[in-house]
Amino acid sequence: MVPLWMYLAVAAALFSLGVFGALSRRNAVAVLMSVELMLNAVNINLVAFWRYSETSTDLLLNGYAFTAFVLIVAAAEAAVGLAIIITVYRNRRSVIPEEAAALKG
Amino acid sequence: MDEICTGLCRLMVDSGADAGLAQFVSLLVGVLLVSGVPLLTVILLIWIERKVAARIQDRIGPNRVGPIGLMQTFADLLKLLGKEDITPTAADRLLYNVAPLVSFASVVLIWAVVPFTPFHYGVDLEIGALFFVAVASFGTLAIMVAGWASNNKYALLGAFRVVSLLVSYEVPLVFALLVPVLLAGSMSMLDIVNAQSGMWFVVLSPLAFIIFYISSQAETGRAPFDLIEAESELVAGFNIEYSGMKFGMFFAAEFLHVFTNGILMALLFFGGWMGPLYYESPLIAFAWLGAKGGIIYLTTLWLRNTVPRLRIDQIMAFNWKCLVPLSIANIVLVSLALKVLQELDMAPRQLIGASFADMLPATILLLLINGALTLYLLGILRRRGKDARREAQAAPVQFARATAATAD
Amino acid sequence: MELNAISIGFVVFTIFTLGGGIGVVTTRNLFQGTIWLMVSLFGVAGYFVLLSAPFLAAVQILVYIGAIAILITFAVMLTRSVTRIKTRYIRLVPSLLASLALFLILLLGVTMPIFGGVSPEHAPATVASTRDLGAALVDENGYVVPFLLASVLLTGAMIGAIFIARDDTA
Repeated sequence: MVPLWMYLAVAAALFSLGVFGALSRRNAVAVLMSVELMLNAVNINLVAFWRYSETSTDLLLNGYAFTAFVLIVAAAEAAVGLAIIITVYRNRRSVIPEEAAALKG
Repeated sequence: MDEICTGLCRLMVDSGADAGLAQFVSLLVGVLLVSGVPLLTVILLIWIERKVAARIQDRIGPNRVGPIGLMQTFADLLKLLGKEDITPTAADRLLYNVAPLVSFASVVLIWAVVPFTPFHYGVDLEIGALFFVAVASFGTLAIMVAGWASNNKYALLGAFRVVSLLVSYEVPLVFALLVPVLLAGSMSMLDIVNAQSGMWFVVLSPLAFIIFYISSQAETGRAPFDLIEAESELVAGFNIEYSGMKFGMFFAAEFLHVFTNGILMALLFFGGWMGPLYYESPLIAFAWLGAKGGIIYLTTLWLRNTVPRLRIDQIMAFNWKCLVPLSIANIVLVSLALKVLQELDMAPRQLIGASFADMLPATILLLLINGALTLYLLGILRRRGKDARREAQAAPVQFARATAATAD
Repeated sequence: MELNAISIGFVVFTIFTLGGGIGVVTTRNLFQGTIWLMVSLFGVAGYFVLLSAPFLAAVQILVYIGAIAILITFAVMLTRSVTRIKTRYIRLVPSLLASLALFLILLLGVTMPIFGGVSPEHAPATVASTRDLGAALVDENGYVVPFLLASVLLTGAMIGAIFIARDDTA
């Protein structure tokens, strides 16, 4: 059996990769993909904690169910996020997040 | 690891082999068997398909190589292997070469959850029905990747069309798949088949079967949904740049997918291996499954060679305005009726092991509901068709102009 | 960590997950980036199988490879100039440092027993099944409210996405 901390370490690495991508990539689509990486790192954590906790046998399915909801939110986020990117591209011919700053005070 | 080590593995351990090695060998044999069946079938399938297509079109079909042309596929295989393996210079080398593999693997992987007999199956997953939907989505991605990696305008256009078609038709496919899952109360393929001991699901919900049949015909990209290879518009579609065995893999994946769908429909709606005397011998059970799957497969070939190709907007309109609402209505009504009948004690709460007599009242009611829905669907389609015909007749000039415009 | 099917699977899926993740944040070509993302998420689905949550693994593949990958590819194709951006990164050094620092802190947190108990070596032998999850999702003491809210969210997201991305000129 693989100890719990190994899953957590991989999730930490994946999350940091996602943070790096979200902070540094110039392209909005790439930023969105990095956000997906972070969400999945969180999912690994949730499922691992659920699996290794003593309550995973009874109806307490917090980690399991929470991951299912995170997947739903990720799907919604990708759909709306990409729709916004396409609209911004259509109006400003750019997919660089910094350039869509019309609402900046 | 005791529960994994049964059958052949147990035999090897008993005769003194190392436990880890025995487990590995038995797993390997299982994997080879499960993946070998589809690989061998596909060789025969190509011959069957060409023969059937030829007969429908009043031709003879392959009859030169071997007895009644049986060796034709082997000859084609040799030819494909001997062809020059071309990779376009502007192509994305890695993705271009991986796409055919993924496409073929996505179909072969489905066979992992297909139970051939009550005792012979690759693996009985708790989520078998969901597994095959998930695996099929690899095929969609493979087509997209193939279209993009070829770096060819026609390939990309073809891939776009195919992907929008496949993604759209996945919706009614999954909804129709939910009906057997709902009736059986399980996603395991074995449970779904066992739950049909009293009554086949096609009788309980013929509408779900029809929707599943239409959408799986679309998933394989066969006529009337063969936009994938609309030769007159796209030259060849997403696989235009592929040659040799890489093309052969896309080709084989498509042929195998059609037969796989036949087997899946036999399992989900026609009781799989259920039939007279199936419990006598696994061979009889297997023969029943093969016969049912084969008959469904032949009807898809018949359909393919009889109907014309539809336009993409017609296909999309049919899917979103007709199949999707209908499949949702079907699920709601079936689950509601089943629950009500179970509360009234007119239907067994557990379908696995239910007898024919137990199922009779539920069957009649569900059949009536499905019949009403089907009639409603036919009514809508007839009215739509009438409207379309009237429009076409009322404005023949505009119609001609529109046709001319698309031809430019 | 002894050598068995699960630990081998763990190593393989780690290579998939982290390799794909590195591909996502470094590749110049966004289409390839999408494929790397899928490799990474496939690895995550593998973890779910190892953690005896096969339902989540299947849904992960269905949602990400079947839907989100296609969505991202379409977005990449529709925003053509995407592939012609000259510089890949902005603030490369600060973000690299920040994410490295974050990773080290997290690694310290998960390996050292600073925050409470020791990390368990073994998972409990028995585990809840997909059937339990299904029952819990519609149980009034379970997750029926978030379940309903999720369906509202999906409907809202679908309508919103169509409304935002609609081309008014057409």
